Amino acid sequence: MIAFLIKRLFHALLVMFVISVVSFAIQDNLGDPIQQMVGQSVPESERAELREELGLNDPFLVQYLRFAENALHFDFGYSYFYNEPTTDVIMRHLPATLELVFATTLLIILLSVPIGVYSAIRPRAWLSRLFMGVSIVGISIPVFLTAIVLIQIFAIGIHVSLFPADTAWGAWLNDLLSTSGGMPAYGRGDVTHVFGTWDTNFASLSRLTYLVLPAISLASIMLPLFIRLIRAEMMEVLQSEYIKFAKAKGISMRRIYFLHALKNTMLPVITVGGVQIGTLVAYTILTETVFQWPGVGLMFLDAIQRSDIPLIVTYLMVVGLIFVITNTLVDLIYGLVNPTVKLTGKPA
Amino acid sequence: MTFKKTLLATLVGASLTLPMAALAQDVNGDGKDVTLRVAYDADPVSLDIHEQLSGGILQLSHLVFDPLVRWTQDFTFEPRLATDWEQVDDTTMRLHLRQGVKFHSGNPFTAKDVVWTVDRLKRSPDFKAIFEPIESAEAVDDHTVDIHTKRPYPLLLNLATYIFPMDSEFYSGTTEAGKDKGEIVKNGNSFASRHESGTGPYRVTARQQGVKVEFERFDDYWDKDSPGNVDHIVMTPISENATRVAALLSGDVDFIAPVPPNDLERVRADKNVKLVTMSGTRIITLQMNEKRVEAFKDARVRQAIAYAVNQEAIADRLMKGFATPAAQLSPKGYSGHNPNLEPRYDLEKAKQLMKDAGYEDGFSITMMAPNNRYVNDAQIAQAVAAMLARINIKVDLKTLPKAQYWGEFDDRAADIMMIGWHADTEDSANFYQYLTECPDPDTGAGQYNSGNYCNPELDKLVEKANLETDRDKRAKMLQAVEKGLYDDAAFIPLHWQDLAWAAKNEVQIKPVLNVMNFPYLGDVVVEQD
Repeated sequence: MIAFLIKRLFHALLVMFVISVVSFAIQDNLGDPIQQMVGQSVPESERAELREELGLNDPFLVQYLRFAENALHFDFGYSYFYNEPTTDVIMRHLPATLELVFATTLLIILLSVPIGVYSAIRPRAWLSRLFMGVSIVGISIPVFLTAIVLIQIFAIGIHVSLFPADTAWGAWLNDLLSTSGGMPAYGRGDVTHVFGTWDTNFASLSRLTYLVLPAISLASIMLPLFIRLIRAEMMEVLQSEYIKFAKAKGISMRRIYFLHALKNTMLPVITVGGVQIGTLVAYTILTETVFQWPGVGLMFLDAIQRSDIPLIVTYLMVVGLIFVITNTLVDLIYGLVNPTVKLTGKPA
Repeated sequence: MTFKKTLLATLVGASLTLPMAALAQDVNGDGKDVTLRVAYDADPVSLDIHEQLSGGILQLSHLVFDPLVRWTQDFTFEPRLATDWEQVDDTTMRLHLRQGVKFHSGNPFTAKDVVWTVDRLKRSPDFKAIFEPIESAEAVDDHTVDIHTKRPYPLLLNLATYIFPMDSEFYSGTTEAGKDKGEIVKNGNSFASRHESGTGPYRVTARQQGVKVEFERFDDYWDKDSPGNVDHIVMTPISENATRVAALLSGDVDFIAPVPPNDLERVRADKNVKLVTMSGTRIITLQMNEKRVEAFKDARVRQAIAYAVNQEAIADRLMKGFATPAAQLSPKGYSGHNPNLEPRYDLEKAKQLMKDAGYEDGFSITMMAPNNRYVNDAQIAQAVAAMLARINIKVDLKTLPKAQYWGEFDDRAADIMMIGWHADTEDSANFYQYLTECPDPDTGAGQYNSGNYCNPELDKLVEKANLETDRDKRAKMLQAVEKGLYDDAAFIPLHWQDLAWAAKNEVQIKPVLNVMNFPYLGDVVVEQD
């Protein structure tokens, strides 16, 4: 166990090293940060001075070594835009993203397990077919579009006048299809301070409403994937010998489905799920942009537009770290769920 | 921390913030609490108004500070902290300052604050270029200031719109860390970038960069005649165009700017909000590099291109009427605006000129444009490339995000490059200085003249105009420059980008808007029912 964790620690360091080298190497293509800092009428001499001051004229290796030396002291530099240490900026934005990811994960777990299991047990029921059909649509619509449509329907509201309003049924249909909106369209609203840099939306119901639309649009990509995964795994498990044996033994169907079959279904789902949560952090870039959600995804996109190189590099390293951590956790949990797996890779 | 403790902390936190909901209160004493929620596409980068010369910073300046004079909607000057002024001699202007004005810190506003601010402007990397003509400011008495210029300078009042007196006492001394409170730091954590004390209608009460800025009406604001009735302003940056519009339409915010051209109809059609548009002052141009392309040295080729580009079609179809077609740099209202110059699309004439110049069979060139800097910039470049194909000029077009584009622009990396320009001084001479004068790295002239167009005679005329204090005579000279550039086809003007704002019906935005895009939110009225 300890050996495994130490191995993973080195793994993490290696990942962060590679990311930092790569992101440093591409920084010349990210544009000129000076351009973003000064007004258009500032003469070239002033710009050159500022460039020299920031050390942008030094050769690549010198810049990188300077960065690496500071990074070893946990100093990842100052953001050009926020004028603060990049780690502070990221720590301030991270809670918003984590809350969004948490809400989304909750949504996915609460919906995908029952729906997946149901459609595996009753593959031919019309409800199962409906779920499968909708999930195909969900996978194929980009997050961006889902978000805009959600905003239009639930935040702005739509007024349908497709049916003749002077007839009772027409008016009723129009009313049924029209929405009045009212959900928050952007941002987090007033948040409740917990501690440190953590402000939460989970403290009251009205604040929770700010999370609903972003979480749904973020979930729209992953949810169908999980429903289909759970369904496929479950169907496969239901074919296996031990289930047939259990049936023959006369164990109640409910016990077979939810105790014996579900356990084995969840093994691959945990692996995929762990990796996907990491990916979810990356997907937040789009969702956060549309909803102006003040998390790290939006911060990263702004940083790219402002050529805020120190912030970009630190963000990429933090995301790399998150990936390594979630993968390590998944492996640990997997070991707990399935004791036949040995973490250190020794033969069982 | 265990889960239970975390939960407890969350609950305690929640109960503590509940009374905070009642925090919003009536500040200006009219019996009602009015909050205006504003969404711009970006938030100011700093509270230090001398750190960057940009639209965002100037918008902030008009909220938290007050200028000596400010522009009205029809390009005249309105007295603010300076009540009146007179020319003492050729190089000195005397300004009389308003009495009884207080800074947010409580310090009284006097002449020494103006002197201190002008000195600081001359040190600011962003402002020092436009404040170069000013020699010094000198306090005559507590409420009189003399501003000395190096030579007769006709635009002193234009510059005075940029002088937002700062509280010299508040910004003097050193911080706990031993730093000078008045220092201007581009990439750092200066005192002035985190603290403010101005004379403006609003104080900053909270600021989270990139998330929101909160303002509260200043109790002791000097302008008691201001109709403004807003107690609190909450300013949120929403960079995504569609989201900004959605936030207004769903009622989450009260006022947005800018309104993206694609959403103009949608906003106009909504009954609960109103749209205000104005013809702007930012000119979009294309520059033809004479150093890279031999043919561009021939005025006839440049003229042929000028005749081949159909500005009206671009403004009409591509910009959906959200632009004013241009044939010169100076927009209407600027002293150099020459009313005789009209867009001159004429394909036959363009072909004839190409033939005369010996390029009937055309040639191939490269062209670069940004794709996220100006409204529809990439599409405009594509349209122009298609128009040039009709006179046999084959264009190899590349469009780039602005972060990369300006590096290429500085390298003059293509034969035709796009640039938009807004004159910081709201005066024509600024256009010529940066865009058309013979490039000279030592003086900074023609810094953005990627075409390397050079006409010393016109430069001399501009120089002469810059010493002419008689406004009419000066306007004639500048109009002559504009005509000269037009005849020479020094560059291809396309259009002035229009401006658009939108607000809920209750918010009376129209009277406080202007083409400079500095909404005077201190004077905005929100109708109460």
